[in-house]
Amino acid sequence: MTESQEASAVIELASVTRVYEMAAESVHALRGVDLEIRAGELVSIIGPSGSGKSTLMNLIGCLDRPTAGTYRLGGTDILGLDDDALARLRNRHIGFVFQSFNLLPRQTARENVALPLRYTGASASERTQRAEEALARVELKDRMEHRPDQLSGGQKQRVAIARALVTKPSLLLADEPTGSLDQSTGREILALFKRLNAEGVTVVIVTHDPAIAAETHRQVHIVDGRIVADERGAG
Amino acid sequence: MNLLDHLAIAFDAIRANPIRALLTTLGVLIGVLAVILLVGLGDAIRSYVVDTFSEIGSNLLQVRAGKQETRGTQPPSMNVRNRLTMQDVEALERRGYSLDGVSPVILGTAELRANELRRDVMVIGVGARYAELRNLNISRGRFVSDEDTASRRRVVVVGETIVKELFGPNVEPIGQAIYIASTPYRVIGVTERKGKTFGFDMDDLAFVPATAAQDLFGIETVSEILTRAKNRSTVRPATEEITEILATRRNGTIDFSINSQDDLMDTVNKLMDTLTFALGAIASISLLVGGIGIMNIMLVSVNERTREIGVRRAVGARRRDILLQFLVEAVVVSMLGGMAGLFLGFVAIQVAGHIEPALPIRLSAWNVLLAMGFSALVGVVSGVLPAIRAADLDPVEALRYE
Repeated sequence: MTESQEASAVIELASVTRVYEMAAESVHALRGVDLEIRAGELVSIIGPSGSGKSTLMNLIGCLDRPTAGTYRLGGTDILGLDDDALARLRNRHIGFVFQSFNLLPRQTARENVALPLRYTGASASERTQRAEEALARVELKDRMEHRPDQLSGGQKQRVAIARALVTKPSLLLADEPTGSLDQSTGREILALFKRLNAEGVTVVIVTHDPAIAAETHRQVHIVDGRIVADERGAG
Repeated sequence: MNLLDHLAIAFDAIRANPIRALLTTLGVLIGVLAVILLVGLGDAIRSYVVDTFSEIGSNLLQVRAGKQETRGTQPPSMNVRNRLTMQDVEALERRGYSLDGVSPVILGTAELRANELRRDVMVIGVGARYAELRNLNISRGRFVSDEDTASRRRVVVVGETIVKELFGPNVEPIGQAIYIASTPYRVIGVTERKGKTFGFDMDDLAFVPATAAQDLFGIETVSEILTRAKNRSTVRPATEEITEILATRRNGTIDFSINSQDDLMDTVNKLMDTLTFALGAIASISLLVGGIGIMNIMLVSVNERTREIGVRRAVGARRRDILLQFLVEAVVVSMLGGMAGLFLGFVAIQVAGHIEPALPIRLSAWNVLLAMGFSALVGVVSGVLPAIRAADLDPVEALRYE
């Protein structure tokens, strides 16, 4: 990982395509995407369902590999990396936030937040300390010992955000983070993303909702596997 | 991630659903319980038999009428003409240099009567050396002597059960008369209490001189001749010597057979090996069923936890972390079942020890190792397939799984 001088590129996609080979046909989910996202940005990727935005998010999140093109995450070309190296990259550099929270139901908020640290080799005391710090950042320090079924939807999503933050990643990747929440809670979560961004975290939000996209500094519109517009402003 | 981390995750999963873990591992629990009890029981029976044999006497040789091809013990055959006589016994006594004591044995049952009390008992016609050969001790009076045999004296040595049944606790039996089939016999001795062997009351026997027994049963032969080799290593030459002495007396005809305890022990050992093997096989089958149970539940668990697997992959778990997670979980569940089975087996053995103290059933270190090794093996074997399936899940698909 090369360190940034000033606002270095976190994500650099060049001519990225992703083709799914189905039994009868080839599905072109991405048809040549060029995208650069710099450190400290708050970006939304917006598009209707089937536009390829989920595929793009999986690629950015190193859960998937491009069929063609290059993808550099923090300067590292992921094409040459094996599965283990990708797992390491996800662990260190990417924090995922999902629409349905994806918390482990039988574990406490703190245990859920500490989960990524299990795969870093951190000691138990370090895991606890860093999980508590992350929960403090999302203002949930008083709910550490609660299990997900004892938390509200907004609280669950904040636990999930704390989990995404706990390894201090270069990028927070959120997939429809307000999709399962009511409007006012959704606004709170968005406000939290904006605050974290103001604190220096790079945030990419994938959504189909223009109202949410309008809250971000930059909107990348994707239709039919291609970026059709890349607008800056508002937020 | 080290093994401790994987163990911690496994225990998290078990804690999350303890009832299911218990049900999952029930098969292994029962399997280990079966292994412990069955193998323990097999060992116990074997050592019980060995102990009992050494109590009966060591290096014994039994000469019986009839040529037997099979080894081991058989009841004296009824359709074999018996030509074993007191003269054979005398010949062995005179010329059997490798033998340490010879005694005729005549087996029969008769009614014993004293003071209008009657009891059917086993009457054994013996020589003077019989007590020594069989490790019989005399608690009061004396045993049958050579003079008793030579003079066909009507004297009897009885066990404590007979004393109790015919005379009661307050009568001194020595010198009393006992009628055996209407003929009076004088009690000359009482054997020391021996208890039961193979369920047979060793204190319910009456010993009379072999010659008196011949008169009693109206026979001229003896049922068998009991003798012993001087030590364990001379059992074989002693057998050859007996064969030679008796065959010479029969112009070379061998119409008798000689059983040693070695033969008997071989038979018992073979029997016990078969029994232990069969019990072990049954136990293995229950462990196999237990393993299938674990595999089944683990497959269901992988399915149910697809999302969890997706999340773990997303936050940095490698394929082998997931593989190890499920493998370790299967082994831990299996071994917890094994430990529970071990504990229950231990309790059951304690209880069995109280109920039947004669049977030396116990938990050997070998049994514990066997049980734990088996349950670990069951865990690994039944966990591999579900673990591979979990590790092979595509993280994108797993995260999308509803």
